[in-house]
Amino acid sequence: MKYLTEYRDATIARPLIERIKRTATRPWTLMEVCGGQTHTIVRQGLDELLEGAIEMIHGPGCPVCVTPLEQIDKALMLAARPDVIFTSFGDMLRVPGSDCDLQQVRARGGNVRIVYSPLDALEIARRNPDREVVFFAVGFETTAPANAMAVWRARELGVPNFSVLVSHVTVPPAISAIMQSPDNRVQGFLAAGHVCAVMGWTEYEPLAMRYGVPIVVTGFEPLDILEGMLMAVQQLEAGRHIVENQYVRSVRREGTPAARMRVQEVFELADRKWRGIGEIPMSGLRLRPEFAAFDAELKFGLGDVHVNESSECHAGEVLTGKLKPPRCPAFGTRCTPERPLGALMVSTEGACAAYYHLAKYRESGDPAAAGAVS
Amino acid sequence: MTAVSSVTLACPAPLDASDRVQLGHGSGGKMSAALLRQRFLPALANEALAQLGDGSVVNVAGVEVVVSTDTFVVSPLEFPGGDIGSLAVHGTLNDVAMMGARPVCLTAGFVLEEGLPLDILDRIVRSMADAASLAGVPVVAGDTKVVERGKADGLYINTTGIGAADARFRPAPERARAGDAVIVSGAIGRHGMAIMAAREGLAFETTITSDSTCLVGLVERLRTARVDVHVLRDPTRGGVASALNEIAAASGVGVEIDETVLPVPDDVRAACEVLGLDPLYVANEGILLAFVPARDAERVLAALRSHPLGAGALQIGRVIAAHPGVVALRTSLGGTRIVDLLPGDQLPRIC
Repeated sequence: MKYLTEYRDATIARPLIERIKRTATRPWTLMEVCGGQTHTIVRQGLDELLEGAIEMIHGPGCPVCVTPLEQIDKALMLAARPDVIFTSFGDMLRVPGSDCDLQQVRARGGNVRIVYSPLDALEIARRNPDREVVFFAVGFETTAPANAMAVWRARELGVPNFSVLVSHVTVPPAISAIMQSPDNRVQGFLAAGHVCAVMGWTEYEPLAMRYGVPIVVTGFEPLDILEGMLMAVQQLEAGRHIVENQYVRSVRREGTPAARMRVQEVFELADRKWRGIGEIPMSGLRLRPEFAAFDAELKFGLGDVHVNESSECHAGEVLTGKLKPPRCPAFGTRCTPERPLGALMVSTEGACAAYYHLAKYRESGDPAAAGAVS
Repeated sequence: MTAVSSVTLACPAPLDASDRVQLGHGSGGKMSAALLRQRFLPALANEALAQLGDGSVVNVAGVEVVVSTDTFVVSPLEFPGGDIGSLAVHGTLNDVAMMGARPVCLTAGFVLEEGLPLDILDRIVRSMADAASLAGVPVVAGDTKVVERGKADGLYINTTGIGAADARFRPAPERARAGDAVIVSGAIGRHGMAIMAAREGLAFETTITSDSTCLVGLVERLRTARVDVHVLRDPTRGGVASALNEIAAASGVGVEIDETVLPVPDDVRAACEVLGLDPLYVANEGILLAFVPARDAERVLAALRSHPLGAGALQIGRVIAAHPGVVALRTSLGGTRIVDLLPGDQLPRIC
């Protein structure tokens, strides 16, 4: 249980916060790429504690946020089929598609089940040979090895009624796309520790060099993130831009070769759309042709799906740091956590939902005064 | 490589309100509140129902009694630390007790699914009887219906509790006041995580047991402490977070809680971490929240701690006049986080 307390120790965190503030001679804009890091930052109020020294931009590293509408709609179509048991990680269930979400499909009779691992989905397929079992394979390089393993095992065990709806994306092309944007504001990145635990960080070295931007491989606990921030700020203050590893307890430069190998055996690079951002070439993974039998899109002949998209939600600009959520015209009016226009308002850690709650707090009373009343 | 600015922004159309009941409507979050407000209250409105507490105070021939009802649909029927039978007794007795009343009797309605093994039914009914007997509250009326196989999850139980109201001890959700101390009687998150671990077949290093228990005795300690307890609430469905939000909204006050003192057991915390859940939203069936004037906090804590079920009682926060209706959590690092009602069920996170 030590990991739950050791990296959350306030007696270490508070001096670290002060050190970051002392080190920053000007406000720096950093992006944490990963949704897991956003979760910690929001839960611990780190952005509030570092106001004036660091502005955090919550990046596009949340698989819930960036899974494109086409894939959500395909998921909804499959989940609605009477011959399908549709399996997914829990937080995909509320993401709005063109007409509804997976929870609503379930309410209408779809067999939608939450699983904690793609191997659990494979097990469901083995136990239900008369049904087609589809797993929604979303996520970054972190979830890719387990998803690759499930497909690999399905072939090994000969489970013909198992398939995956793939919507994998990879981090480095997203960093490139953000840095190439003419109005980019990001000055440094906290790279996702678990992504690098799989892939290592060699892919990031040319990016740091090309764009002159520090990239710090960072863990997920509050002390990890604060240390990663300090390392990024120290680089910025010194005018350096290299890849550094804060997360030394978990990440090696070469990542985990066995996991990388399994991913490469099952998946290949492909163009991929990111919800709210658009298509980024070679930024995703798709199944290799030899695993086509497990590709739900091919198995069910889904083809191209026409989606109804509105320009009302500006998730792409939020994800790339160009727009603060409160400045979105739909924020808090036509877009709320109960009725989200986009995925950033769905999760309690999504950038828009985080700002929504903060705005509600500030509008309802002076926090400083609130603290004084007791 | 495509620059971000050159690609089209892609966002979906707004979600229309669903035309079907969803699981989230039973979560105790915003969807539940909307269902109540939009579907039930307009049709069934009356003065007693409008109290919107755990039950209602009704006048029966000049005598004030408290009535509370609850339906139990837990799966699995038997879980570490309890079963649906004892839970159905505890849950309703606790709701009566949270209104400051002394439970007098219970009714029980059963929906049985064709095919339910009778030995399971026997165990559950025996467990109900033991729980009721231990609380000294008889089950005085009942009903049984059987539905076809596949139309229920084994067994559902509805219980209704009747209690004698106490004019001098009348906690209510709308009575929280700025300056109140927020007290919790014990560890949070155990019931929900025990159920989830049992349901999903999750193997943790330790077996998390439900905290399902009858809180009537603990409430008696508060009654005899002669403190003006403003609010009592057992934070069941939706957890501590939802209960605090409902109280903040009903009273028009702000609530501030301190993360460093929240009593989350290590095994619950670890299981929540693994699943990406927040223990503040996880259901409890054996703890209570009490809002009391700050000057009485120590007396209330002493009264709770004098009972075995309140041994771990702690002050976790306070009521403030600012930001009415909002629950804020002061993080261990000194930051602030808003603890809002969830729209629906808490869903396990990918990352």
